[in-house]
Amino acid sequence: MISRLANPTRFMRASGAVLPVLAGVTPLMLLVGLYLALIVAPPDYQQGESVRIMFVHVPAAIMAEGVYDFVALASFIALVWRHPLADIGAQAAAPLGAAFTLVCLVTGSLWGRPMWGTWWVWDARLTSVLVLFFLYLGYIALANAFDDPGRGSRAASVLALIGVVDLPIIKFSVNWWNTLHQPASILRAGGPTIDKSMLVPLMVMALGCLLLFATLLLLRMRTALNERRVRALQLSAVPPPPADASPVLR
Amino acid sequence: MSDFRQWAAMGGYAAFVWPAYGVAVAILGVVAGQSWWRYRASRRALGRLQGGSRLRP
Repeated sequence: MISRLANPTRFMRASGAVLPVLAGVTPLMLLVGLYLALIVAPPDYQQGESVRIMFVHVPAAIMAEGVYDFVALASFIALVWRHPLADIGAQAAAPLGAAFTLVCLVTGSLWGRPMWGTWWVWDARLTSVLVLFFLYLGYIALANAFDDPGRGSRAASVLALIGVVDLPIIKFSVNWWNTLHQPASILRAGGPTIDKSMLVPLMVMALGCLLLFATLLLLRMRTALNERRVRALQLSAVPPPPADASPVLR
Repeated sequence: MSDFRQWAAMGGYAAFVWPAYGVAVAILGVVAGQSWWRYRASRRALGRLQGGSRLRP
């Protein structure tokens, strides 16, 4: 199915059908998530109401890593199979991943101040997420750094693949090193240690963020394909130079 | 204190909870808005070119 959709014309048709549905469901899911997070969920017995920051911080963190998985996988496909949509997908996703990572960093800082007594600390978890943010920025800069878009996207794809080493470091940083950040409480051996009353709002918010990513990804991929088509039409519309204007090379 | 004001005070953490939500909405909102604006611009540009080429034989 993926290889069938991975044709720009088919992609435009399929995404054109899916996009209105996604654009309708996403705001609903996010609104329900915000309602659950800000009103329904109980305050934490230790952290009080400040725990509500978790409902943006954790989904943003999940997306920060998940979008990077997507960028790296698409970059791999672009490098190995030279698939035209893979490059477009990776480049459409990278700014979204950078945005989620920035949200994760800022909300984490705003949570750390009252709970840890500091806005920032150079511990393993925080530093490895900051590195992820710079990986995104590097990818975006590299993809746009060359006049020849093909060279830019190849260089960026290589960077994306090298950056994959940061993902397990982020995930396991809280186990490998003694960090200020708490260890995993959702995806851990032995099941989640977080109560249902908080897990449900968290999952709804995470799903809302995933839907937001899917919506914006399709929108940005369609934009890239439109812009590519515009460039092709503009090039074909340029009249050929008159014969006597071409340099004589003999 | 009214229920709303008590809720808005976030148990004394209002100065951290609301900026966290505000920043998240602002960052994601800017990215979503930019994506949508650029999509519309690309559709308009494509429509102009394709409309123009249809006029010419």
